Amino acid sequence: MAAGPMKMRATLGQGFTDVRVLMNHPMETGQRKDSDGKLVPMHFIQNLTVTVNGKVVVDAQISQAVSRNPVFSFRLKGGAKGDKIEVAWVDNQGESNRTEIAVA
Amino acid sequence: MNRLRRALVAAIAVGLVKPLAALAAWNKEAFGAKTPAEALRNIGVPNASPSTDVHIEAPQIAENGAVVPIEISSSIPGTTALVVLIEKNPFPLTARFDFKDGALPFVKVNVKMGETSDVRVIAEAAGKHYSASKEIKVTIGGCGG
Repeated sequence: MAAGPMKMRATLGQGFTDVRVLMNHPMETGQRKDSDGKLVPMHFIQNLTVTVNGKVVVDAQISQAVSRNPVFSFRLKGGAKGDKIEVAWVDNQGESNRTEIAVA
Repeated sequence: MNRLRRALVAAIAVGLVKPLAALAAWNKEAFGAKTPAEALRNIGVPNASPSTDVHIEAPQIAENGAVVPIEISSSIPGTTALVVLIEKNPFPLTARFDFKDGALPFVKVNVKMGETSDVRVIAEAAGKHYSASKEIKVTIGGCGG
């Protein structure tokens, strides 16, 4: 399964900005077998960054133990309407994706 | 000819890799470790003291090990990273989040658990490490198929 589109929502909370992001990704562990009994090779997101107005605020390394189609919530200090939030990922097969949204 | 081709390949590779330079490299040794102790050593957490300021919100019983929602946070001032380990998973290290100025040490994520296990979260603040753990019971594992 190829990686699909991402969905993101950023809303202002009380003193913080709540960022929720959904990535379409199989997150294969390398332990699952397909219908022919063959192991499905590992395929998972390894690096993930959250950027606010061009500045990296969260830099994450993750493993295959994150669930399929990962959903993350992050909280950013303060924030204002219109701040540009970008989330980008890279997986172990070199695929990558990113999405950008303005804080609502 | 061969040398030229190699130079070209190198140039292209540099061009491709550059936009990702901001990303920390994926710690292969730590993520490939099969025991929590080995994983922690490789991710730069030699020892951590227990703390009640590291919080793990998670169900006590997870019916489906393929999707276990966990919410982790730290109320230790100056927390710069959170590390998550699922102790009994084949590869315990699950994630390391580095927080720069502008982010709060808080993450909500769904993880896979092969069996009932302690989930350990380690917070890093001013070079020191603090840990908390919570047992999550799993009725159906979520690693194999």
